[in-house]
Amino acid sequence: MTIAKQPDRSRSRRRLLQSAGILGAMAATFPAWADPFVDLDLPGGPDRRELTTAFPQKGPMILQRTRPPLLETPREVFDRGVFTPNDQFFVRWHWAVIPTEVDVAKFKLTVRGHVNQVLSLSLAELLAMPRVELVAVNQCSGNSRGLFQPRVSGGQWENGAMGNARWTGFRLRDLLDRAGVKAGAVAVRFNGLDEPVVDGAPDFMKSLDIDHARSGEVMLAYLMNGEQLPLLNGFPLRLIVPGWYSTYWVKMLNDIEVLDAPDENYWMKTAYRIPDTPQASVKPGETGFKTVPINRMVPRSFFTNVRDATTVKPGAAVPLRGIAFGGDCGVSEVELSTNSGESWQKTALGKDEGSYSFRQWSTTVTAPRTGTLALQLRCTNTKGEVQPAEPNWNGGGFMRNVIERVQLKIA
Amino acid sequence: MGLSTKAVARGVPALLLALAALAPGAAAFAQPAAAPAASTASTVTGGGVTLHSVSTNFPDSDRLFPGPAADAINNNCLACHSAGMVLTQPRLSRADWQAEVEKMRSFYKAPVDATDVPAIVDYLVGLSSTKQP
Repeated sequence: MTIAKQPDRSRSRRRLLQSAGILGAMAATFPAWADPFVDLDLPGGPDRRELTTAFPQKGPMILQRTRPPLLETPREVFDRGVFTPNDQFFVRWHWAVIPTEVDVAKFKLTVRGHVNQVLSLSLAELLAMPRVELVAVNQCSGNSRGLFQPRVSGGQWENGAMGNARWTGFRLRDLLDRAGVKAGAVAVRFNGLDEPVVDGAPDFMKSLDIDHARSGEVMLAYLMNGEQLPLLNGFPLRLIVPGWYSTYWVKMLNDIEVLDAPDENYWMKTAYRIPDTPQASVKPGETGFKTVPINRMVPRSFFTNVRDATTVKPGAAVPLRGIAFGGDCGVSEVELSTNSGESWQKTALGKDEGSYSFRQWSTTVTAPRTGTLALQLRCTNTKGEVQPAEPNWNGGGFMRNVIERVQLKIA
Repeated sequence: MGLSTKAVARGVPALLLALAALAPGAAAFAQPAAAPAASTASTVTGGGVTLHSVSTNFPDSDRLFPGPAADAINNNCLACHSAGMVLTQPRLSRADWQAEVEKMRSFYKAPVDATDVPAIVDYLVGLSSTKQP
């Protein structure tokens, strides 16, 4: 990191085009990724974000913050399939001290605390653990925070702080068994190689209850979609907590501590707390409610081939498609309404890649002759939980999952 | 409350420290020499999977908060995060901004002098007032 300005490819491209006076003429012929800016649809703005290719191992990403990096996946990526490519998978870090180098021959994972035997394992030893593979959605607790009304502070994401990948690695349970968890253990805490910038600030750590940690589903991944993880997504090792928000998916995981008392660290006790209410929802300004650590995800669904103001022809057959996920279980159905939620029609579901994966949906509707085509979309998960008609609200901007609405233009 | 040694070693606060001297050519804060590259070629293989060492750099931002009365925010807030974090925030009330600054000081140990807080909050409120409601 230096004071000298890093080359900014997208900005210099824009300058070049402007100086040639052909920006307007060229824009339409450029592929979407070459556009140096993206306009999000956040109520009240600000909407404009740079589209950056300046981050290592990353393709075009929506720049929410340079340091520590917050990079959002561009919308069109979700239209290409259920697997989010590693180089466009969203990025979110809390502290700016992130190693830029990882030597795989020297990296060690420690397991310590309330165990019979402290472990310090090399990647070679970890690669030899019994291997498991799982497809799972990784979604930021604050995904879609920028859509909250009233607006709240924090990373102003649209819907792209999520992604879906095939994770390969080994079970946390197998690792804990190798260390031997002592009786009386209540939680397991995870820490990565990132560190606070300021002395005395809370290092980012998260923990899971011991039963959850030993459930057999929680895993440590060294491959993401068959490749090693991008550094910014947690290379060389990341915790995978299927069905739970990304805050628990600790990146660059190198330290696991079994606790014999509840975790009181800042990131569990104070941050990432949600109201202990239905939909984690409260009224703006409300106080005095109980809070709990954010935990399981809730069902969501998205249109990926149309958005507000997409124009369709009068009377045309309009193909619609998108993705959905059940939260902490599978997708039962994805339904579309063309009459403001009075009635719902099922859509066709794509290949099932597993309970925790994105699932594609598709259907076709007929556009009216005039006016607009207002569409609503909702997912019901295999537990029978359905997306709510009214948006939730909380001060953290967490757990948005309201029914999706778009209004297409007829012209 | 100081910046951590690792942060200093990594050059993270160089931007903060250099702000007063942010005239072009403030090269005194150039990045420390990169670690020897000898290890970067190393790999680890097991069960048909090969992991390769990674050595890279992250882009930084030298963006400053614009306008007059930005000294306090530029001097205090850019060590931990780039300016874009703030400039992308929605319109927030004075009370919300006050709470944000206090959160940075109390929970995240931002080394912000209490005497600078009013100027920072004023700047943030002014920033909000320029945005559409």
